[in-house]
Amino acid sequence: MAELVASNLSVAAGGRTILAEASVTLRQGELVALLGPNGAGKTTLARAMLGVETQTGSSRLDGMAITSLSPIDRARMIAYLPQIRPLAWPATVRDVVALGRYAHGAAIGRLTGRDAEAVDGALSACDLQPLANRSTDTLSGGELARVHLARAFAAGTPLMIADEPVAALDPRHQFQTMSLLRRYVDDGSGALVILHDIALAARFADRLVWMKDGRILADGPVSETLTEARLEEVYGIHARIIESADGPAIIVRSPVAQDRP
Amino acid sequence: MTRWLLPSLLVASIAVLLAACFLGSTPMAVPRVLSALVGGGAAGDAIIVWQIRLPRALAAYVVGAALAISGAALQGLLRNPLAEPGVLGVTATASLGATFSLYYGLTALSVWVLPLSAIAGALAATAFIAMAAIRIRHMVTLILIGVGMASFAGALMSLLMNFAPNPFSLSDMINWMLGSVANRGLDDIALAAPFMIAGLALLFATKRGLSALTLGEEAAHGIGLDLRRQRLAVIAGTGLATGAAVAIAGGIGFIGIVAPHLVRPLTGHDPARSLLPSGLLGGVILVLADIAVRLLPTTSELKLGVVAALIGAPAFVWIAMRRRAHG
Repeated sequence: MAELVASNLSVAAGGRTILAEASVTLRQGELVALLGPNGAGKTTLARAMLGVETQTGSSRLDGMAITSLSPIDRARMIAYLPQIRPLAWPATVRDVVALGRYAHGAAIGRLTGRDAEAVDGALSACDLQPLANRSTDTLSGGELARVHLARAFAAGTPLMIADEPVAALDPRHQFQTMSLLRRYVDDGSGALVILHDIALAARFADRLVWMKDGRILADGPVSETLTEARLEEVYGIHARIIESADGPAIIVRSPVAQDRP
Repeated sequence: MTRWLLPSLLVASIAVLLAACFLGSTPMAVPRVLSALVGGGAAGDAIIVWQIRLPRALAAYVVGAALAISGAALQGLLRNPLAEPGVLGVTATASLGATFSLYYGLTALSVWVLPLSAIAGALAATAFIAMAAIRIRHMVTLILIGVGMASFAGALMSLLMNFAPNPFSLSDMINWMLGSVANRGLDDIALAAPFMIAGLALLFATKRGLSALTLGEEAAHGIGLDLRRQRLAVIAGTGLATGAAVAIAGGIGFIGIVAPHLVRPLTGHDPARSLLPSGLLGGVILVLADIAVRLLPTTSELKLGVVAALIGAPAFVWIAMRRRAHG
């Protein structure tokens, strides 16, 4: 079982602490949602766990310091989906998904055996087969998000870290993307997903990690950590949580009045 | 990749190299050239074909190929179709290096001084560009830095020309600045070849990383690319290849932008698969341009670099205008 254990990760930039002693674990079979307001340090935590950010503390993959692994070895264990940026070239959908096999030595355009299988599987899982030969600059935002997700799936890693994979997607595509991630986890992998939609996180995640000002304030199952008091503490909002058969709904009533010094 | 692309480029390469042997300022009938090519015919004919026309065509071909592959690799690394050794000031800095060693007579020390100083100039420029690339946010800024560097190298070159001790060294310098393959022999190519081969080998060895960079640096790192090594390889590779090309032909710009631009749509816009076809096409284009230079009935021969810029600079403007605003 692959396990990514971050302990006491801290990151400072420009004399400011942007991540303070964060400890969190990602295991296979778990979908963990990382929540928090803008600037809480979610992306920094994800990057520090991957060993990209200069940090103190440790992030260990199956007991090995993540920074001691080569990029290839790390990429074979953890897929990373950063916030989606435009592609440099209008490559085809299949070629972009094939890049997910980079760590396995695949050259795009010349896929063989297991690489071709993994790419085809990922394309099918994300309903992209009909678009496989389309150029990515002709896709809608929802389709492009699926392409990136398929690229991460194609890597066939036991773990994944995804940074706002549903940003800028409409509700239907948000739901679809989260369902794909849920299926990935139900098939035995583990995913850490940065989200802004609390209800979506509560609907799909096994565990919620709440961050504010570079610190992790709470980490636990949805039923234990999603409270109105927590929403006030983390996001500074008065909100009501309404339970329903399809997961909780969050209704924001007003922002908390800020104490001005 | 389109299946016919590489074979047809290979055929075109052989065709233009042969054509370059048949065409020239001295009219020679086809049978005379043919017999000279296979080792027969008059001694004068053999000299014209084997020591003047063919080496010159080969020089144009390898220079075009090296510049086009360097351009394709830089475009992959910097994720910008306008990145090219000429535009980024790499060729200008390399020719400055070459001119500098000529001006101070350093070339008398050893035959290796000229190629090495051109390569040193090219490496310095690519390293500077790559360092700037890490700091800046928009790749367009990088092009501007390159344009500034090209102007600076040009200014330093003009300074050297101002102080040129005699008309001969002045015309020598103009040759390096404008770029030409006139009177290049096989030994000029042989001298630059080790550096060119090393540079191109480095670029081909790391071409998969160029594909990975299509996703952007962060995601490329995520799928397992060692960014630092990739940058170093492309800097060293393009520096060596471009420097060697400049050591043969002086500063010739825009080949590195035109050839990859034409090839890219036929290779699925994949920087890795664009390298080889770009190189072949770059060679073909430069040999054709050189044939044009030789055939045009001008009183003094046009410089190859001038013709390349006359074709390439408008292409550069056209590509820049068609680009969408996300760079």
